[in-house]
Amino acid sequence: MPGTTARSIGSELSSEAGFVTSRLEEAIGWARKYSIFQYPFVTACCGMEYMATACSHYDVDRFGAGLPRFSPRQADVLFVVGTISHKMAPVLKRIYDQMAEPKWVVSFGVCTCTGGFYDNYATVMGIDTIMPVDVYIPGCPPRPEYVLDGLLKLQAKMEAQHASGRRPIAELRPEVNL
Amino acid sequence: MSASSLIEAVQARFPSAVTASHAYRGDATVILRRELLLEVARTLKDDPAFLMNFLMDLTAVDFSTFGLTASPAFFASSGVAVSPSSQIPDQDPWPGPPGTARFVVVYHFFSLPLKHRLRVEVPVDEADAEVDSLSSLWPGADWLEREVWDMFGIRFRGHQNLKRILMYDEFTGHPLRKDYPVNRRQPLIGPMN
Repeated sequence: MPGTTARSIGSELSSEAGFVTSRLEEAIGWARKYSIFQYPFVTACCGMEYMATACSHYDVDRFGAGLPRFSPRQADVLFVVGTISHKMAPVLKRIYDQMAEPKWVVSFGVCTCTGGFYDNYATVMGIDTIMPVDVYIPGCPPRPEYVLDGLLKLQAKMEAQHASGRRPIAELRPEVNL
Repeated sequence: MSASSLIEAVQARFPSAVTASHAYRGDATVILRRELLLEVARTLKDDPAFLMNFLMDLTAVDFSTFGLTASPAFFASSGVAVSPSSQIPDQDPWPGPPGTARFVVVYHFFSLPLKHRLRVEVPVDEADAEVDSLSSLWPGADWLEREVWDMFGIRFRGHQNLKRILMYDEFTGHPLRKDYPVNRRQPLIGPMN
């Protein structure tokens, strides 16, 4: 392990004997943030911007997130990309439930964050009404730079949480009788 | 066939079925009595004078709130004309909403061999919102009629599988009816918000 990398995760390089000491949680958190296996749950136009971010020009693989898995059981991060309708919501929740801990959720685009400009019979008003969300990336759609910024924030969160994978509980919204 | 001659041909063939007609910039529209829709449609499809073998669209309009409020001029500032230009005279204007009928079922037919198109409108009352299904003539009408049933609650007599196509089975009501509140949600999971 190179010395600079070892220092960056808070360990100390011991002489020239070729080993390092570190706290286990920090080492695991550092490893996790560079091996993000994402599950892209792409439903709408934000998917094009997701693809632009994932392809070579912006190259999400620089951050260790270049290998999407299309099985929720092999994924760490659920990227919810695009408008979620009420018909789709149980499917999305089931995908989330099938993912193994530790797991994170990224809300990609303003429709998944708040419902966006939709305020009608069909659209879920933000996926945080049905599952906890770690990082919100609003925008319609967000630019790739914005997505990469969100990804870095997710990495910081993964590293800080160490191995626990715990998240704050999603904020509950007041019920409205219509 | 041009728009006016197409209307005349349909009127000559079915004088009792066509209650009104209009044409706007080459788009021909005939308004039919509901009882004769299937017969007229069959002729439009098979008769050598029409050969309307392509059902381009099938939808409906809810006129229950038509004219109650001024419509917003969405394109007024963009330079796109929102009312018919006086430079292009509208010889045969739209006769307006269909009287007492709440709904209008709209069919767009196109003839691939003869390259002409016709819009057919069928006024439907709310109390007896049912028209004949055209899915026996154009198989493509199957899903379009299911969509109209789902969104407007208009039934299609003779349809083999008339159930919701866009909304889920637990959904109650028909969301594109004007009396469905625009933001009433019926979530399957999660809070009502």
